[in-house]
Amino acid sequence: MKLQIRDLRVLFGDHVAASVAALDVGVGEIVGLAGESGSGKSMTIQAVLGLAGTAGATVTGSIKLDGTELTGMSPAALRAVRGRRIAAIFQSPASAFNPVFRVGVIVTRALRLHGLSAAEARDRAAAAMRSVLLPPELLSRYPAQLSGGQLQRVAIALAIALRAEVLLADEPTSALDVTVQAEVLELLRELRDTRGMAILFVSHDLAVIAELCDRVAIMRSGQVIEQGRTQEVIAAPQQDYTRELLAAVPRLDG
Amino acid sequence: MSTLLARAPGVTAVRRAARANRLITAGALIVAVIVVVAVFAPLLAPYPADAGTATHPEIALQAPSMRHLFGTDQVGRDVFSRVLYGARISPVVAFFVLLIACAIGVPLGIAAGYFGGVTDEIIMRVTDVFLAFPALLLSLAFVAVLSPSLTSVTIAIAIAWWPWYTRLIRGQAASVAGRPYVEACRTLGIPHWRILLRHVLPNSMTPLIVQVSLDAGGVILTISALSFLGLGAQDPVPEWGLMVAEGENYFTTQWWLVTYPGLAILITALAFTLLGDGLRDTLDPRRLPVR
Amino acid sequence: MIRYAIRRVALAIVVVAGVVILTFVIADLVPGDPAVAWAGPHASAAQLARARQHLGLDQPLPVRIGKYFGGILTGNWGTSIHTHQPVLSDIGTAAPATLELVVAALIIALVAGVPLGLAAARWPGTFLDHTIRVIAVLGVSMPIFWLALILQLVFAQRLRVLPVAGQYDPNLMFTHPLVTRTQMPVVDALLSGNWTVLGSSLRHLVLPAVVVAAYPVGVIARMTRAQVLDTLGETHVQMLRSLGFPERTVISRFAMKLAWNPVTAVLALVFAYSLVNSFLVESIFDWPGLGSYATASVETLDTPAIVGVTLFIGLVYVAANLVVDLVQAALDPRIRLQ
Repeated sequence: MKLQIRDLRVLFGDHVAASVAALDVGVGEIVGLAGESGSGKSMTIQAVLGLAGTAGATVTGSIKLDGTELTGMSPAALRAVRGRRIAAIFQSPASAFNPVFRVGVIVTRALRLHGLSAAEARDRAAAAMRSVLLPPELLSRYPAQLSGGQLQRVAIALAIALRAEVLLADEPTSALDVTVQAEVLELLRELRDTRGMAILFVSHDLAVIAELCDRVAIMRSGQVIEQGRTQEVIAAPQQDYTRELLAAVPRLDG
Repeated sequence: MSTLLARAPGVTAVRRAARANRLITAGALIVAVIVVVAVFAPLLAPYPADAGTATHPEIALQAPSMRHLFGTDQVGRDVFSRVLYGARISPVVAFFVLLIACAIGVPLGIAAGYFGGVTDEIIMRVTDVFLAFPALLLSLAFVAVLSPSLTSVTIAIAIAWWPWYTRLIRGQAASVAGRPYVEACRTLGIPHWRILLRHVLPNSMTPLIVQVSLDAGGVILTISALSFLGLGAQDPVPEWGLMVAEGENYFTTQWWLVTYPGLAILITALAFTLLGDGLRDTLDPRRLPVR
Repeated sequence: MIRYAIRRVALAIVVVAGVVILTFVIADLVPGDPAVAWAGPHASAAQLARARQHLGLDQPLPVRIGKYFGGILTGNWGTSIHTHQPVLSDIGTAAPATLELVVAALIIALVAGVPLGLAAARWPGTFLDHTIRVIAVLGVSMPIFWLALILQLVFAQRLRVLPVAGQYDPNLMFTHPLVTRTQMPVVDALLSGNWTVLGSSLRHLVLPAVVVAAYPVGVIARMTRAQVLDTLGETHVQMLRSLGFPERTVISRFAMKLAWNPVTAVLALVFAYSLVNSFLVESIFDWPGLGSYATASVETLDTPAIVGVTLFIGLVYVAANLVVDLVQAALDPRIRLQ
């Protein structure tokens, strides 16, 4: 089991922002974390990244990467894991890149932060760009010069270049057009199949989750209320809330 | 919502509001004290006549004591009384300066933002020209060629200050003018002046209020600077900047002539800046340019 | 970039024209009839008429403005009533000293203000943050002339660690004569390797520069802190953190680059503000710059000099704004991509 979350609780003072009793993401698996806004999905991702503290939250529980405990790790040790073995992509690709830097600069700086030489970083970045079907020249552009879809693909390329084993995706397609969305989803599938990445896919869009994810966990008000194989959860939802969510998904066939 | 900190349930917002409240409280408290001092100066000052034409050369340049808390100046006047009466000068002048500046600047800004086009271009170029001069310099030039007095100072600073408000209001008015409900009003045939009065003006007030209270400090500094240069208040008016200028020659030995009036300027300017900061943090989360 | 630059320069020229007209208006406002001043109080009507004609006062307004413009462009800025020199040459003599002072003040302000603002943004809400905010707000609310007097009293007269006034020790003119090229003692001393004068002029520069720096430090610290804090909520900061960058790099390398934009914008304003603030400080420190010239002109009601200085600083400010706008466009690609 690549990523193992047990009894995770993210607290702001007394308020529980997220509570996950058990959640696993295996190698070559896409697990969906579904729920409406404010259900605690993003806090979970922040907690796995070890960044919940910067928002002022306290985190209890266990997060294990390949059996190594992440909670309680020293900040320096966490920084070695974060960005190298665990990568993240975010909802609004246009605002995910610092606007006054060329995207390539951020990519190569990140690679060099994790030990690569300048030449190695350049090569890996170029190779990764090609894997996401983007010409490496785009790395010399500023974020304002790239489309949302392109930026999201650069973000995924970054995860590939880092040889990340886990990808945390926080609503990565919500801000994209449907056709572009399909391309990004296809990319994620490829990451799962050819590189064996463990992907945690957070979204409020059940239709996308149904299409993409192998397993799904439903979150509501900070709690995981149901989880299982996607097909099973959709066919036979245990919770009323899950039923409501499913019913709200618009269908093309009626 | 794309940012995490915004999702942290109101933590940042609450922290900011608490901090802003402290600023507003501190600033408002000091401003209230200044207002009280100004209003009740005749009662609070031990020697009210010293703020006028009274002079007592026989007790000139005495160090601070129980009888004269801040000492006496070069003609024997009680510095404490004069500093208290000074609260009636600079802050009041600042009030009128800002009033006039708004009276000129706000309508021009609304016209520029709302009507756009040529009106906008002309008004903004004129604004640019006035803004090409730092306020102290422009008001200095105007007062120097007119006759130095507090009235000249009031008018001169107002002339230098109105463009800031035009620029500020123009942006607000332009964004309000572009909103769908304003378009709807126009298609319904509602006359311009009503739209301006009922929609554009109220929506532009918030940043104006913040800016005015932030500016009050700067205006007070400008007033006292002009008086320090001899261009504003003239003796025997107890204006703080003038008092610093009068005390300058005696400063090395009689430090109290300069220290207390200057302190009064600092505290007053500080109060309005704090108040403005606090108002900005509560009323308008999008930060206004810090001047 | 070129297109943006051309647009900005064209705009600046329009503003400059307006600036000159405004100073004409100010000069015209002088009460009293210049013809009377010229011909004397006992002049006959015919003499007054001749005086008016001689001074060009009978010309229509557009012609007078045109002549004024022409004069400005050819370097004829009038003659100082007090010094009897051309105003422009007076300004040329006085400007370098003020430039030295203001540049020194701005260097101090950047070197002190930016790190202070960064530190406050890095640890918001802490005692350090509060202290820095208090210092900044004091700087912005400070009456400069008062601070000058206080610092002069404390450091120069009571503690005697710094000189009271002047640009450098006048005795050195005999022992270590300075080769003047730029009229700025610090620069000239550096250029000619005259270390004694360099030391003396730096020591004399400290107090006035620190006083003038008070306001810019406050503004820059506040602006830096506000801009960096604003950025910290953005997604791109989260992304950089998620990549494993240490917090200090996230703030000082990445967030700061974004903050340079508004800080640079405020530099032009702060530069002009400091130029004028120097007026209040120079006479206290016997600093032979524009400020002393202006205050002397004000005392003697030397209108041509006052108008000349006003025009000069107005033009400098327009130029400074232009430079800053162009630098901003170079630093922040979003501006020129519009």
